[in-house]
Amino acid sequence: VNAVTPLAAMTDTVVPAGEPWMGVVRAGATIRIVDLEGNQAVDTLFYNARDTAEHYSAQTTIQAQRSIYLTTGSVLLTNRGRALLRIEQDDCGRHDTLGGACSSESNTVRYALEKRHMHSCRDSFLLALARHPLTKEGSLTKRDLPSNINFFMNVPVTPAGGLRFADGISAAGRAVELRALMDALVLISNCPQLNNPCNAYNPTPVRVLIREDA
Amino acid sequence: MLGAPEFRARGSGRTHAEHPIDALPLVRALQSSADMSWEEEIIGGAHWSGVLRRGSLLRLTARGDDANVAALFYSREQPLERYNMADTLKAQHTAHLTTGCVCYSDMGRILCSIVADTCGWHDPICGLTDDAAIAARYGATSFQQQRNARYVSGQQAMLVELGKYGLGERDLVANINFFSKLLVDDDGRMRLATGHSRAGQYVDLRFEMDTIVLLHAGPHPLAEGSVYAPPGIGLTMSRAPLMAEDDVCRMRCPENARGFVNTERYHAA
Repeated sequence: VNAVTPLAAMTDTVVPAGEPWMGVVRAGATIRIVDLEGNQAVDTLFYNARDTAEHYSAQTTIQAQRSIYLTTGSVLLTNRGRALLRIEQDDCGRHDTLGGACSSESNTVRYALEKRHMHSCRDSFLLALARHPLTKEGSLTKRDLPSNINFFMNVPVTPAGGLRFADGISAAGRAVELRALMDALVLISNCPQLNNPCNAYNPTPVRVLIREDA
Repeated sequence: MLGAPEFRARGSGRTHAEHPIDALPLVRALQSSADMSWEEEIIGGAHWSGVLRRGSLLRLTARGDDANVAALFYSREQPLERYNMADTLKAQHTAHLTTGCVCYSDMGRILCSIVADTCGWHDPICGLTDDAAIAARYGATSFQQQRNARYVSGQQAMLVELGKYGLGERDLVANINFFSKLLVDDDGRMRLATGHSRAGQYVDLRFEMDTIVLLHAGPHPLAEGSVYAPPGIGLTMSRAPLMAEDDVCRMRCPENARGFVNTERYHAA
């Protein structure tokens, strides 16, 4: 079993656009993500810190709540059907979990073959997994990147079965707060995408706060 | 326990003369493998996996109404490259799959293309059933009690098939549910369309890479009713015609044209 040590984790940090961030939210603690300047996608994955083969599952989560959007009251479930975190407060009203993370390879398909060099969320994820003290030496790899959450991102599905990357419905200062229901490893990429409106064509910093006193 | 009674009864008192070995199916199978085709049936509730080579065509045919078949795709050469739901939806601006759509890997390449489809809508969003959901809806079963008529969840089916290729839980990603139509309203609420697929409808997958294919002919996770009776699925493998200039998948959108370029570069010798 691959586990990470859930050290005491009071955190208040600003994650610049294009940077990854990793940390642990212990059971009972809260993680608050603040969209400091507005319309900034925050690609996020959660794992059971005590056994990282158990992780957030977008399909299990939307199936259980019968809705594709995440908001207050949504319980994020794992691939083993267990409750990982619950969204307790949400100023935005809707977060995406179908749109996945951008990658340099999917950018070549979506925009142009010449866009391969542009920075992407998956590159940030991979660098964090390779370098971070919590996961280095190959304990988590590309294998461990399932469909993620995109906080503050608006990806509507139409009744006719279409999918759009719509203008954001977030704004400066809006936040989402989740309470951990088990010790959770957090992997964030503050999205560097410049080719669509998910970051209003201007990626900006976000603030991450983890509190254990609440 | 020594010797199950029904097994003894079936084996006793019969001679070879009464049951001559029928060689015809074997002969037919040999003939069909010579012209690069085969047929197989997945009975309702069962799972299957195999390797489909680049250039092959796999037809999935519903053997009953309201069929569902969960599907996952992995590169045969490097299974770390695998079907990616989000990239498939984003590249094609769609939340449902039908003729002209392709199934993207997470490396910007196309594992397979939907070149024909008489059903019209396949669900790429809703995921698999798990053991708890199957037991809650249809009742608990076990091999000890129900033998091979037990109810196997989609998750269990996929974990078994993944294991045959050295893959496991970490490789289990979002799947496609062929023959199922998932409707999403403006508030994001999901509903499974009833009466969507009919017996005899089929979908043709043309493989653009050597691909490990996992299939489970089990119920959709949002299926109504408490009677477990998923229809079977017919598999017909043949060689795909060469891609035409106006290929329906390549021409669907500029994204797909680039996806095919990436895939062709991968195979360039």
